[in-house]
Amino acid sequence: MTERQQQDLLHDEVQAGTQTGLASPSVDVTSDRQNSLWSDAWKTLKRNPLFWIGGVFGVIFTLMAIAPQWFARGADPRSCDLANSRDTPSAEHWFGFDQQGCDYLANVVYGARSSLIIGVTAVLVVLLLGVVVGAIAGYFGGFTDGLLARIADIFYGLPLILGALVLLRVGPSTDIPIINTRGPGAVALALALFGWMTAMRLVRSQVIAVKSSDYVAAARAMGASSPRILVRHILPNAVAPVLVYATITIGVLIAAEATLTYLGVGLQRPAISWGLQIDAGQDLLRTAPHLVLFPSLILTLTVMAFIMMGDALRDALDPRQRA
Amino acid sequence: MGRYVARRLLLTIPVLIGASFLIFAMVYALPGDPIRALAGDRPLSPAVVAQLRDDFNLNDPLGVQYLKYIGDLFQGDLGTDFSGRAVKDTIARTLPVTVKLTAVAVFFEVVIGIVAGVLAGIRRNGYFDNLVLVSTTVIVSIPILVLAFVSQFVFGLQLGWFPIAGTSEGLYSYILPGLVLASGSLAYVARLTRTSLAENLRADYIRTARAKGLPRRTVIVRHTLRNSLIPVITFIGADIGALLGGAIVTESVFNLPGIGREVYDAIRQQEGAVVVGIVTLLVFFFIFFNLIVDVLYAVLDPRIRYD
Repeated sequence: MTERQQQDLLHDEVQAGTQTGLASPSVDVTSDRQNSLWSDAWKTLKRNPLFWIGGVFGVIFTLMAIAPQWFARGADPRSCDLANSRDTPSAEHWFGFDQQGCDYLANVVYGARSSLIIGVTAVLVVLLLGVVVGAIAGYFGGFTDGLLARIADIFYGLPLILGALVLLRVGPSTDIPIINTRGPGAVALALALFGWMTAMRLVRSQVIAVKSSDYVAAARAMGASSPRILVRHILPNAVAPVLVYATITIGVLIAAEATLTYLGVGLQRPAISWGLQIDAGQDLLRTAPHLVLFPSLILTLTVMAFIMMGDALRDALDPRQRA
Repeated sequence: MGRYVARRLLLTIPVLIGASFLIFAMVYALPGDPIRALAGDRPLSPAVVAQLRDDFNLNDPLGVQYLKYIGDLFQGDLGTDFSGRAVKDTIARTLPVTVKLTAVAVFFEVVIGIVAGVLAGIRRNGYFDNLVLVSTTVIVSIPILVLAFVSQFVFGLQLGWFPIAGTSEGLYSYILPGLVLASGSLAYVARLTRTSLAENLRADYIRTARAKGLPRRTVIVRHTLRNSLIPVITFIGADIGALLGGAIVTESVFNLPGIGREVYDAIRQQEGAVVVGIVTLLVFFFIFFNLIVDVLYAVLDPRIRYD
């Protein structure tokens, strides 16, 4: 039992007015035993170059989203001069100019913000849906579980891009809040609505695995309510796999956002976004390939940063993979 | 086994109905009035509009529309688009392109993915192993959209090795889009093969095979690989269903007249019947291949029993 679970158990015992002694074992086996999962994981993580490469890129792109002006080399993405249209990269302007003669480095740098906001928001909604639905399905089991599993199956059958594409195409004419805005919120919500199933299954399986353990039985015997058992005793065990999944999924959803925007249903002009830049550049691939290649490169590096961090986290948190 | 398959097939029905209804409900909330759009600049007479609305069941409530659609579906009628072409014909025209593309993608997954995985798995932590680990991480991180444009630029425009669009050069025009479509799964197959192989190489029966003096080659090909490929084959099987539905971007960039581009066009032009028909078909494929894989698992691995 971890310290936290000890405290929770003690709290439940006090609530129930009992003193079983379960919560205060005479011999404290936890104190100077080996390290916890997290400090072990941190030790492994520190030695993993993947984690550092991904982490450094992740920090750079996060800074880029927060303060793009630090990276744009003094250029304003919206101040353009047609005389510079499609100029190739130079020492002054590293990424050259786009069709309208805007500094391309500034445009690509300013594109980080919407990508990151959408990726992170979508993953947060995915986690919310996944944890709530997964915890309910795993904890109550039986008919509830069967029903929720079928609903998840229905969404599994629809490819992420296809489902979000239809929803976003229809969105603006409906009166569903957020979905009808054509903004970043709509894209994030659409991605989450068609992407929550894996998180739900992760949480569900963890809940089922932990549900039958002794300390959960002890908490229940002392009269702790279902929500309390779920939140205090069961869900903390699901944190590790969900964290790994969430990190990787940020990357995957950033790529999906760029794809939806490229297909014309995501962010709309005059928003600055990598998907829009790739879309505008595709017709000029022959004459000005840098217009497609630079946003593509930065998009790929961003996705890679999150996937690398997620991979490294998995290696560190999954004891079975340790040789 | 028979009972398991029957049970799975029965469970397929509510999922298929749920998925098609989900798409149906979204599609028929589409903006605008398609009948008015059909008429163009010269408005149709009210009688004609009423007749057309009636023909396409547009006056019924959503639930009734859906039930009528399902009723027609079970009689093999997928409906027509608003200009009168049967959705069935549209699918018959575009599906072969996507099937060819998927076949090429699966071919690359099997050949490149498994070979790379085996070479990496035999010598864990060797030079090639690290190369495979790094390159698969990179490949998985490149969005299909980016990979499609970059490969089109490099291998199509710069080097001129492959056609950049269309299907005019037969199977050869499918090679580049097939590789792009396969990329993510290919990397996953390589990793799966590697892990599975490395795990099995530590098994007792492999030590026995080595101890009785079998040549290394026989040990790996006959004993290890056979067992290691079970999860790989099942992954590839399930992936076929996913690839068929995942070709929207690849087909759009390489201008292949397949089912992915067709459904994308239909979504943009509000061709409800086409969208619902194709998506229902794709969901069916996805479920079907997953079912096959689960059954295949039991056939390949005698330790698994479903009854």
